[in-house]
Amino acid sequence: MSTEALPVLTPNDFASDQDVRWCPGCGDYSILAQMKKVLASLGVVRENTVFVSGIGCSSRFPYYMNTYGIHSIHGRAPAVATGLKIARPELSVWVITGDGDALSIGGNHLMHCIRRNLDMNIVLFNNRIYGLTKGQYSPTSPLGQINKSAPLGVIDNPLHPLSIAIGCEATFVARSIDVNIKHLGMVLERAAAHNGTAFIEVYQNCNVFNDGAWEYATDRNTKLDTTIELEHGKPLIFGKNRDKGIRLNGLEPEVVELGKGISEDDLLFHDEKAAEPSLAYLLSRMRFPEYPEPIGVFRAVDRPRYEEEVVRQIDAATKKQGEGTLESLFNAGDTWDIN
Amino acid sequence: MATSTLPSSATTKPVVELVEATVRFCGDSGDGMQLAGTQLTNTSALIGNDIATFPDFPAEIRAPRGTKAGVSGFQIHFASQEIFTPGDQVDALVAMNPAALVTNLSDLIVGGILIVNKDSFDAKGLEQAGYKTSPLTDGSLDRYRLIPVDMTATTRNSVAGLGLSQKEADRCKNFYAMGLVFWLYDRPLDPTLRYIDDKFAKNATVAEANRRALKAGYHYGETVEAFQNQFRVPKAKLPPGKYRNIMGNQATAIGLVAAAKRSGKTLYYASYPITPASDILHELSKFKNYGVRTFQAEDEIAAMTSIVGAAFGGAMGVTGSSGPGIALKQEGMGLAVMTELPMLIINVQRGGPSTGLPTKTEQADLLQAMFGRNGECPLAVIAARSPADCFDVVQEAWRIATRFMTPVMVLTDGYIANGSEPWRIPDVASLEPIEITHPAPVAATSNGDGANGHAAEAFMPYRRNERLARPWALPGTPGMMHRIGGLEKQDVTGNVNYEPANHQHMINTRARKIANISADIPLATVEGCDSGDVLVVGWGGTYGALETAVRKQVAAGAKVGHLHLRYLNPLPRNLGELLKRFKKVLVAELNMGQLRTLLRSEFLVDCIGLNKVQGKPFQVHEVEAKIHELLKS
Ligand code: SF4
Repeated sequence: MSTEALPVLTPNDFASDQDVRWCPGCGDYSILAQMKKVLASLGVVRENTVFVSGIGCSSRFPYYMNTYGIHSIHGRAPAVATGLKIARPELSVWVITGDGDALSIGGNHLMHCIRRNLDMNIVLFNNRIYGLTKGQYSPTSPLGQINKSAPLGVIDNPLHPLSIAIGCEATFVARSIDVNIKHLGMVLERAAAHNGTAFIEVYQNCNVFNDGAWEYATDRNTKLDTTIELEHGKPLIFGKNRDKGIRLNGLEPEVVELGKGISEDDLLFHDEKAAEPSLAYLLSRMRFPEYPEPIGVFRAVDRPRYEEEVVRQIDAATKKQGEGTLESLFNAGDTWDIN
Repeated sequence: MATSTLPSSATTKPVVELVEATVRFCGDSGDGMQLAGTQLTNTSALIGNDIATFPDFPAEIRAPRGTKAGVSGFQIHFASQEIFTPGDQVDALVAMNPAALVTNLSDLIVGGILIVNKDSFDAKGLEQAGYKTSPLTDGSLDRYRLIPVDMTATTRNSVAGLGLSQKEADRCKNFYAMGLVFWLYDRPLDPTLRYIDDKFAKNATVAEANRRALKAGYHYGETVEAFQNQFRVPKAKLPPGKYRNIMGNQATAIGLVAAAKRSGKTLYYASYPITPASDILHELSKFKNYGVRTFQAEDEIAAMTSIVGAAFGGAMGVTGSSGPGIALKQEGMGLAVMTELPMLIINVQRGGPSTGLPTKTEQADLLQAMFGRNGECPLAVIAARSPADCFDVVQEAWRIATRFMTPVMVLTDGYIANGSEPWRIPDVASLEPIEITHPAPVAATSNGDGANGHAAEAFMPYRRNERLARPWALPGTPGMMHRIGGLEKQDVTGNVNYEPANHQHMINTRARKIANISADIPLATVEGCDSGDVLVVGWGGTYGALETAVRKQVAAGAKVGHLHLRYLNPLPRNLGELLKRFKKVLVAELNMGQLRTLLRSEFLVDCIGLNKVQGKPFQVHEVEAKIHELLKS
């Protein structure tokens, strides 16, 4: 163990020398800034950190981070990261992806990566559009949206990223918003601290091809009524005047007004540690305008990490059988001599 | 166990000594023919014969019983001299039912021994095989030494009293058939008895039943009058050493572990189940105490791209598949070429296109290996020629991959993957290390780091050495932080770059790097005559058939040579010169002329093709006939 003090890094130390090439005003800038800030504040060792991405606007992210990085191919980042993590469990691995990258072309990898629960963080920038290819609809585009590839409106039923993650047995699921920088920082920090696959959806504005997609959730005047901040162990209360809440009516959540015979105790209390993912799933289904959309940590539970299990099996086999040598490998089974 | 071997002296029948023999077991896919073949193979190997095997089974796990679609076979050729193929025709055929007989009979030599289970030749069995009358009685088998055995009945008798159900009793038939063949070719029962002890350790009754069936078959041979003599194939004069029997996929797995150890790397093998490559995954997943990390991926693409991640992390990343899976991996291979990371992609070729013939062999993926990716995307390609050769080839592939920082495609095929031969176990001390260097850490500079662009001494991920290989800097190394990806990059810095001249330069550089490998590999050699009338050129698993055919022709006085390519990209640097030493060049391959296309375009030599795509390997006589035709014309 070295006793030398580690240099204190600033967010800027996490910036690579590359010019950031996102469109001016893109929500990605904010996420990049928060990431650098969080990693600096956590005292992360840059050379032990790897950012892996696929294809799309968000996937340019690794180029802008002064860490190790792989800008891979469309949809495959979770698989690339899986190989890296199994080979090098000690590295800190972040996957940066988008709605098209993760949920369309890479859906299969995302699903299996999450269920294996490798210790890595997956950040999905959800802008509900294909930006890099200039404006086709994505798996999260709402029904009826008019865009380049759906001039008469989208007819594909959209996916809810968090519902998918929960369906894939995710151990950590969270949501934040690009411009809600404090909250985003908190969620990134929680994800970094989670031991297992942390899946984060970030509402991200593509101001060029889908401007205002999340306006209801970001507008100063509406956001307190359209979103609800989840806090572990606390009742689900929202609204400008914190006078509204979510109550369970059977298996259905319902919006209720506090007072008039309804107290906080009648509300749904958030439990991110619930063993069963039902509550997290129910929360992931709450969509504007019927409901306020939850942000924060939906679920954070502990389960064995895949890469640890890989190593555990190797250690156990080695302990039981002894470390294999080429001699023993070559000479296994029946052999005979020819003189 | 000392008394369990039935010594040949126990029999009163004369023993005829042979140089070689070829036997095929065939029956329903539930009849245990692969096991029978494997036992005969291992026993023959253990008593010192040279061997070559050809398991041949249907794609269906259990096609309807008794049908032609469900016939499974295992052919083994054993000899007291060096052999290279499982044999064109068989000297003895064991057919467990009419369907097996009708589909295999044409490969039995005239006068050959034909052992059939006559109990299965009932009306239903005959009908399923398409026989109008029973071949056992209608005289149609008169050209063979037919030995009908009531195998079902005698096997049931031999296990009577053990309390087995009839179904269980019938499952011992293959051991009965083995016993009979073991007697016929004077093979010891010990190895098979050991196998039974081991395999059925948890079920003493079944173990005993199989033992009894095996011995009953053996005794039957001894007593029945139909057999006038036994045969004996003495030990082969192979180079001295310690041997074991090895299958191609097994040799691949062991070779990968050896390559990892030689290079001090962690082996990471990612694969998605596919015939006929899955056995590599099975083997490696057993090698946990060798530190092997296996990953059964969600799909072929994940298997491929995960090895890119593993390679970036500094592991020995390997994926294996077969044709359709390789097609899915190609985009990932493009990324591997672009990121210039070392890794191996193993293609155990099978019949295509599409799902094609999953359990049958073919060599039709050569052009896919060469050109299957988008863009100008060269990678190194090498091929194994025999089951044991897979061991050497994967290690050579890893040496090339790390020396040149490139993915390498290793081609084997279903024939050598499932076939087996004696393998002379190498001396571990003789295996040289595969040297790999990684850039050392760089201390932080006044700028706070040494990452690309940040400092004067910034790390340049695409600064190349004299071979044009770039440095393999690993995450975890201070001062070496860099980002790579699939976008075109500037030489030296590795930064994303779209300039026209840079793209041209990078395309040229990647091509030159692969071409440079030719200076690092051995020259091609010609076996047989080194100049003359016909040069037979082949690659991969056809080695045995081509070499045998050429040796026979040379022995008959023809001026014929055999050049077998291990390195397919780049080609050996003396190849063009060797091709010109012969009047005619015959390129023999199990495809419609893929190597021929490459050689023609590379050397402007008017190669002639011998091409076969029937899901089966070449037979020696087919190759000889073609050579003959060329010699005459
Ligand atoms: S296209 Fe949209 S998502 Fe992409 S960089 Fe521009 S604003 Fe951002």
